[in-house]
Amino acid sequence: MNAVAPAATPARSAPNRLSRLIGSTIGLKLVMAVTGVILSGFVLGHMAGNLKIFEGTEAMASYARLLRFEPALLWLVRLVLLASVVLHIVAWLQLFKRNQEARPKAYRQTTRKEADYASLTMRFSGPFLLLFIIYHLGHLTTGTFHPNFKELDPYHNLVTGLRVLPVAVFYLLAMAALALHLWHGVWSLFQTLGAAQSKQASFARGFATIFTLVVVLGFAAVPLSIMLGIVK
Amino acid sequence: MGGTGSDQTMNLTLNVWRQKNRRAEGEFVTYEAKDINPDMSFLEMLDVVNEHLISRGEEPIAFDHDCREGICGQCGIVINGSPHGPRGATTTCQLHMRSFHNGDVLTLEPWRANAFPVIKDLMVDRGAFDRIVAAGGFITAPTGNAPEANSVPVPKENADLAMDAAACIGCGACVAACPNASAMLFVAAKASHLNLLPQGQPERSRRVLGMVERMDGEGFGGCTNHGECEAACPKEISIKFIARMNRDHHKASLLRIFS
Repeated sequence: MNAVAPAATPARSAPNRLSRLIGSTIGLKLVMAVTGVILSGFVLGHMAGNLKIFEGTEAMASYARLLRFEPALLWLVRLVLLASVVLHIVAWLQLFKRNQEARPKAYRQTTRKEADYASLTMRFSGPFLLLFIIYHLGHLTTGTFHPNFKELDPYHNLVTGLRVLPVAVFYLLAMAALALHLWHGVWSLFQTLGAAQSKQASFARGFATIFTLVVVLGFAAVPLSIMLGIVK
Repeated sequence: MGGTGSDQTMNLTLNVWRQKNRRAEGEFVTYEAKDINPDMSFLEMLDVVNEHLISRGEEPIAFDHDCREGICGQCGIVINGSPHGPRGATTTCQLHMRSFHNGDVLTLEPWRANAFPVIKDLMVDRGAFDRIVAAGGFITAPTGNAPEANSVPVPKENADLAMDAAACIGCGACVAACPNASAMLFVAAKASHLNLLPQGQPERSRRVLGMVERMDGEGFGGCTNHGECEAACPKEISIKFIARMNRDHHKASLLRIFS
């Protein structure tokens, strides 16, 4: 039997105390939840902005100009988003390592009772979304992967870019991954931030479901409309 | 006690994890459990199998058990991938053979977690739980006669919630069921039942910080909100207590940073 370890000893400095919070399992989860709130808010805003495409070329262009009216602000938002993505991944990598080490010998047989498809596939939907984000930035922000890119003509770039069937299918697959990731992630962040909720019927579960449907259906409407020729 | 009233006995095939000691490589060994009465508990079925093994001069299967009333938290076997078997809110000792069918093939494994080393066969060392409790799961109070129960008012809601959390028997099924071998449901229950009561307030922050730090130090994983722990818990402790512990831990950490 190991000796009983002493209870938490008082930390000496504030940075040390902060690193102890961040280093703990719950602190790492807090990082995932807070960056999750930022990224969820971003996808909601991004989705709402995308719907401008249904108002035509000029509405889309003026929306693009609006986003760029203050370069410093644009870059501040971009930096916050980049930092959120990086922190979300770094915290996950640390938690993932701990979780793997916590059960070195696997069960021969496993029966799942409450875990669902979304919760069990977070480790796949996350990296898939990262791949998608890299492609998506190169496709519609920088134009690197876009064969027919016109600077500051988002309507043209979107319609010509998503008219290519494999590209549109890839976008829709990414939205399916986003749906799974958001549905479990949004519910989970309530739990991690400390709002006591049950997994089945609860405000957090309902909120996660509605939030996911709104974001993902809103996003998917654009490639679907282009594929069906509703938006030309 | 209500039985099935049936004289029909059952025959089962058991794939049991056998491991000589902590360091040994274990393996699955197959045994036949014959003429089992459906009204036996799961542990009584194992007792019968062990009597046969002993009579043949073989080493009996080692498993943990004590009260056999579902209240001590000693027993626990992963049966076909479910800690404590297929029935909800039931410890292994309270699981009866009528929950299975004649001819069933059952896989019996110990709790599998880095923090719960196998001692022998199906027995694991849950000392990590004791060390977590020793890191804050108590109140510092003078001993002596129990004080008058009504001298400290407790809101009814808090008393009920504290009681729900205190139902934890420390069996470790939550760790066994968690895909990450996380102990967060156990720690949440033990921290919450004191943090909800007036007697627990003076050590509220120290308690949650100390217990979580010990939990991490023991090598348990983290919660990814699957809910498997709650489903496996023989006392049906809700993962709401994990959210409560998270909140207590955030508050205590902030207080520590800014104090």
